[in-house]
Amino acid sequence: MRLYFKFFDMHLKSQMQYKASFFLTTLGQFLVSSTTFLGINFMFSRFNIVEDFAYEQALLCFAVILMAFSIAEMLGRGFDLFPRMISNGEFDRALARPRNIIFQVLVAKMDFTRLGRLFQAILVFIYAIPNCGIIWTWDKITTLSLMIVCGSLVFFGLFLVYAAFSFFTIEGLEFMNIFTDGGKEFGRYPFSVYGKNILRFLTFVVPLALFQYYPLLYLLDREQSAFFMFIPLIGVLFLLPSYAFFRIGLRRYISTGS
Amino acid sequence: MITLQNINKTFRVAKRQAGFGRAVKALFSHEYEIIHALSDISFVIGDGEMVGYIGPNGAGKSTTIKIMCGILTPDSGVCEIDGRTPWKERIAHVREIGVVFGQRSQLWWDVPIIDSFELIRDIYKVDEKLFKNNLDELTELLDLAELLKTPTRSLSLGQRMRCEIAASLLHSPRILFLDEPTIGLDAVSKIAIRQFIKKLNTERGTTVILATHDMQDIEALAERILLIGKGKILLDGGLDELKKRSSEHKTLVIKYSGNAPEICEGMAQSEAKEGRLVIALDPAVLSVSDAIAHLASQTEIIDVSVSGVSAEEMVAALYKEYQI
Repeated sequence: MRLYFKFFDMHLKSQMQYKASFFLTTLGQFLVSSTTFLGINFMFSRFNIVEDFAYEQALLCFAVILMAFSIAEMLGRGFDLFPRMISNGEFDRALARPRNIIFQVLVAKMDFTRLGRLFQAILVFIYAIPNCGIIWTWDKITTLSLMIVCGSLVFFGLFLVYAAFSFFTIEGLEFMNIFTDGGKEFGRYPFSVYGKNILRFLTFVVPLALFQYYPLLYLLDREQSAFFMFIPLIGVLFLLPSYAFFRIGLRRYISTGS
Repeated sequence: MITLQNINKTFRVAKRQAGFGRAVKALFSHEYEIIHALSDISFVIGDGEMVGYIGPNGAGKSTTIKIMCGILTPDSGVCEIDGRTPWKERIAHVREIGVVFGQRSQLWWDVPIIDSFELIRDIYKVDEKLFKNNLDELTELLDLAELLKTPTRSLSLGQRMRCEIAASLLHSPRILFLDEPTIGLDAVSKIAIRQFIKKLNTERGTTVILATHDMQDIEALAERILLIGKGKILLDGGLDELKKRSSEHKTLVIKYSGNAPEICEGMAQSEAKEGRLVIALDPAVLSVSDAIAHLASQTEIIDVSVSGVSAEEMVAALYKEYQI
């Protein structure tokens, strides 16, 4: 863990070498996610309710997913840039070091400009939390925290799958963005608005709904069972197959070197 | 102690063909080509040896080094380094080795060198006292004192390479792999790095495996040479031995004033200009001193130089001989 913070410190130092660029990119990230926010805003100014979710409730969704995504992206950016790490040989260097390989990929890159998005998510929370009509008891607060933490972990698992794919091919990885960036974009509305089949897919295959739609029902008192409160934890299980897939890719890489 | 026995490695490379139609077809079905990167590579390198590993581009040098570093697994064969199989006990193995890839940096671009060094200390869990000793020693030998506070991006290539080498030695590895350590460096930096490697080998007893195209590196450093071509070890032996084997001819260059001298048996004229003569000499027929005496008796000699075969020529001759 100490080593992790050491890397953290190094990345921060590196990025602070270019202060103007750092602040502009952060600002840019903030503005880009603002457009998404405006999108929701316009949508609800025409229709007051989308699939019986009110404006503030959808905003809560948006904030959860944005926050989970930006945390995952800030810390797991190494996986996002993993194809490059393989092609420029940095990965070989990592293999020649006496540390766990996933740890090394994780610390290879950290991107603090994603703070812009995180900041936006916090702002939306500040607005949505008092206005969405939820009475914030301890169990609701726990649910919300679980949604964010487990959400980051699910996104993290997706990054891991993305990285694992790049062991097999460097081309055509864009389709993975449907789940990562796409998940973030679509996740601004509760996933049920996209219909039964999509919801099923996002429950059982790529478990994005597990930390968004179901616990939201609990937050809004539409489901009373405490089970819904802990559904995000089930989503974390997604890390297991992702990790296994990554190990398979790694074994293949070591035996082919390509 | 490094032992490689009958190491084989093949790569499957997708065939790419020109033309749009074929490119589309390649999306759905790949034709593969099997490339034998290494076939039956065997050698033993003892502790404290300094070995030059040479061969043309694509001969399999990097593949062998990657296998010895635990980055790749071979298809078959045994590789044992200090009693460990690199790819099976990766973490324990890489703790004992240092690797310098001449064309890739392991230093952080934007932070001072010393920060990179301290990070490496933490990655390898180097004991604080040992780290300090190593750092002091390396700083002195490689003349790094001025550079430690500078970020990598403001260093020249030569300075950077000195830092790279230091970075690979902070954890006192027993074996050092160098892949083209002097590529693109100026003469002064090259000499400094060679001297350092020599010293490291004699004083610390570090085993050094040097893969390079720079024959001066080989001449200055390696006592033993491994020549690889098309995935096979072609030669394994001392540098002098190889030179003798390839050719015993000496080259004699004289400058003279006055009449051009006649050459006699055992000499072959390879170049003649006004006042200058280059002669290939076969020492088995005519000794060097006799040859000079013979020429001096005919004309006024201003300058003489005698040289054996250079490593560069030798390797070129070897490549030609083995058609690699």
